[in-house]
Order: sequence, then C-alpha cells, then structure tokens
Amino acid sequence: MPDRSRSRERFLAWRRTVADRLATGFAVLMTVLVVAPLLAVFSYLVVRGIGSLNLAFFTHLPVPVGEKGGGVANAIVGSAMILGIASLIGVPWGIGAGIYLAEYGRGRFASLLRFTADVLNGVPSIVIGIVAYALVVLTQKHFSALSGGVALGIMMIPTITRATEEVLLLVPLAVREAAWGLGVARWRATLSITLRTATAGVITAVMLAFARIAGETAPLLFTAFGNQFWNLNPNQPTAALPLQIFTYAISPFDEWHRLAWAGALVLIALIVGAVAMVRVVARRGMFQGAS
Amino acid sequence: MGVGVQVEQLNAWFGATQALYDIAMQIPANHATAIIGPSGCGKSTFIRCLNRMHETVRDARLEGRVRIGAMEVYGNGTSAVEVRRRVGMVFQKPNPFPTMSIYDNVAAGLKLNGFHNRRVLDEVVERSLHMAALWDEVKDVLKKQSGASLSGGQQQRLCIARALAVQPEVMLMDEPASALDPISTSKIEELIFQLKEQYTIVIVTHNMQQAARVAEYTGFFLMGKLIEFDKTEKIFTNPSDKRTEDYITGRFG
Repeated sequence: MPDRSRSRERFLAWRRTVADRLATGFAVLMTVLVVAPLLAVFSYLVVRGIGSLNLAFFTHLPVPVGEKGGGVANAIVGSAMILGIASLIGVPWGIGAGIYLAEYGRGRFASLLRFTADVLNGVPSIVIGIVAYALVVLTQKHFSALSGGVALGIMMIPTITRATEEVLLLVPLAVREAAWGLGVARWRATLSITLRTATAGVITAVMLAFARIAGETAPLLFTAFGNQFWNLNPNQPTAALPLQIFTYAISPFDEWHRLAWAGALVLIALIVGAVAMVRVVARRGMFQGAS
Repeated sequence: MGVGVQVEQLNAWFGATQALYDIAMQIPANHATAIIGPSGCGKSTFIRCLNRMHETVRDARLEGRVRIGAMEVYGNGTSAVEVRRRVGMVFQKPNPFPTMSIYDNVAAGLKLNGFHNRRVLDEVVERSLHMAALWDEVKDVLKKQSGASLSGGQQQRLCIARALAVQPEVMLMDEPASALDPISTSKIEELIFQLKEQYTIVIVTHNMQQAARVAEYTGFFLMGKLIEFDKTEKIFTNPSDKRTEDYITGRFG
C-alpha cells in the first residue's frame, strides 16, 4: 500500500510538471506569434526602404517622374502640422470627456456619452474624413491642413476619452479621499491629484490614439489633399507622409515604389520615436510636477 | 489650538439604511476622545459626519447639527471644503499621494490651496514632519523619494504630517493604527499623546487597550446608537450601561 501511494504521488508530481511546462510553452508561443508579425513588417520595411534613404530624402521636395533623387521633406513637416492640429483638438477634448465620465459621469447622459464614444470609435475613418470635408472644406471652399487636423482630431477623441476614464477609475478612492480630507476643492483634487496619479496611463492613452491616427490616409484624401511643394500655412492644401506614400505606391513607376517603401519606413520610425520620447519625458517629470 | 465639537440629533443614512440614530455628544477641546464599538456600529460613519466626508458617498445623507468651535458644519453658509480645511483626517489605510515626493505629500494641502511661498512651505514641511516624528527618518530623501516608497508605519506618519501641515483645529483618526505592526502602532499612540496638547483628537479604534491608553474620553457605539459617553476611566472601570460592560469585558463584538 505505501508503495502504491508513493508511485501515485510521483505520477501526480510528474503530471503537474508537464502541465506547467505545457502552459508556459503555450504562453511563450503566443507571445512569439504576437511579436512575429510586427518584426516581420518592420524588417521588411527596412529591407525595402533603407536603400532609398539618404539625407536628401529628408531635406528635399518630391521631384517629377524620371528625375533622380527628391525627398519628402514637405510631407514630414505637413504631417507634423496636421498631427499637431489634431492633438490640439483631440487631447484636451478627449481627456476632458474622460474626466467627466470617471469623476462625475452618472446617470443617463453619461451612458449616452459612453455609447457615443464607442460608436464613434467604430466609425470608418473615411466617413470621418467626409464629415471634416463637409464641415471645413466645403465651408472654406478649399482643402487645408486644418480640415485634415479636424478629421484626425475627431478620431482621437473617443480613444482618449474611454482610456482616460479607465485609468482614472483605477486610482483608488482612498487617494481622492485623502485630497478631499485636506480641504482641497473637488475640481482641484481631480486635476492635481487624481489625474496626476493616473498620468502614466493618460499618456499611454494619448500615445495610442496618436499612433493610430498618425498613419491614417483615407480621411486626409479630401481634406489635407496633399501638396508637392512647401506649405506652412494651415489654411492651404498640405502634404502628409501617408498621402505621399499612397501617391507613390499606386504609381506605375519603380523609382516611386522605392520612395514609397522609404516613406513608410520613415513614418513608422517617426511614430515609434514620438511615442518613446513622450514616455521618457513623462517619466522624468514624475516627481517635479507640483513643485 | 483645538476647539470642541458639539453634535446634536445626528442621524445618518446610506440610501434607505439608517447608520446613525440621534447621536448627541460634546467632544472637549484639546483632549483625545476615543470612539469604540463592534464592526459596523457606525463609528467611522460618525467621524466622517464631522468633516462632511459622509456626503461624498453616493446616496448618503444626514440630518442634525454639528458644531466645530463656532462653525456650523452643516450651516447654510458653510462649505465642505472650508470644514475639511479646519478638520484634518487620517484614514485607516495609509494613503499618501503615490506620484508625489515626501515633501510634496506634506505640502500638498497648502500648495493645492494656492499657497506657494517656498520658504514658508519648507518651514511647514519640516515642522509637520517633526510633529509626526518622521523628520529624522526622511530628511535626506525629502524630494528624492516618493511617499509610496516608505514603510506602512512611515506612510501613516507621513499622512499625519500631511494633515497637520494645513493646521487644523480638530484631527479625526479612523483606526489609524489598525493596519500597522506593534512598533509603528506605539509610535502613532505616542504621537497622539503629544498632539492632543494642541489639537482636539477624535480617534476611532477597534482596540480597547488603545482607547484606554490614549484617550481621556470614550464613546461606545452599538448598532448606530451612542450607548455611553464618559471619561475613559469610568467607561472601562464602572460603565453605567450593561451593554458597555458586556462589550468591554469581551462578551460580544
């Protein structure tokens, strides 16, 4: 009897070990499967695009077919301008709505707002482009960086709103009570304590929204429109990296295809760079905020 | 200096459930008063009515009169923010602001109310940390370490310093030592002993020895009612109510 129970115990231990290994292996496999496509895309971009990258690509304007060289300098600047306008609209609006939902949002209006944000999140980007076209382009009677920024800004709002709400709700009630207990007014406690405690999460939310819109092409087609020349006036048609890539990619010319690959590589690198930079800056500012 | 607290006809509810019934109490200035009673008897609710924290809970409401010194806590012209500035609170679980340095935690109450004179802030932070018996342990890392990096007992003293920095007249403590180890607990008790020279202290506690050690007056709550309120000595040696006696002799709760 004792012998049998001992062998049974050994069998159980063996089974546990095997189950543990299997579960761990499965998790590792899934992780690899998630990371693999990302690495594949990125390395393919590097392979196809790096050959056309040189200083001129960043400093020169596009050139007509047949001419050698040329770059996307105007598109990089144009993208920065459009994304800047979009962030000016989307970030305060989204964070404001998120604060409302997390701190004050109860009852019917709040449910309606949540529902609207979720629906807006699912609206195809081209539809948002049409809305910006109708609101801004038709009113002004010309294409502009402003209209592109409005389109992308609208796209940022629901993502930032819902994510801000989520991270604010993660801040424990005890932290809010500590602030109220000090005789700090409610709005002040919300801004300086609750929002600040959730800063890292809010920044992640903003960065997610930013990365999502930075590569958007469809809503820019009939808003920012694109431009082969320098333009720093937000009221004029403006080049953007995704638009430039689109133009190059659908062209029948091999040289332009190479430029499209290079442009895509630059676009990805800029997004990753922007996200990384904001994270570093935010982390460094963590303790100094209030002083 | 501390001021007294007068409570009359205080009733409080959470939704349809009544939590406090007709509480009347005269809490004397510059003494420590302990509130004891079994779990769920309304002790915490009671002190949260004194600084209007009760109303921050959804569906909570109350009726009655509370005076802190000359201030009508529930008077028409009195704002909750004003009350809480004069009535400090220390919570059961230490709750420092996690993203702030130790210095900013202590200075938070003043800074967030628009007070920014650096020299005065430095003074207040040092004095408050001294009073909370934490200065020597943190003086070298004031602006380098986050409040959340301290040990539990240190965090609770940090929270006391933070409450002291706004110079309240009354200090409410909701089981301030129940989440702490015995050494930290005795430090907090020593602190209460010193603080009551300058502040009126109301401390909720589960621990009857603690009440006997730190408080001159004790109120015994049971099922939302104040059963007995008297000198601590009297409560623990010769209570007038049978239920108080049952509780302190450990017959229930």
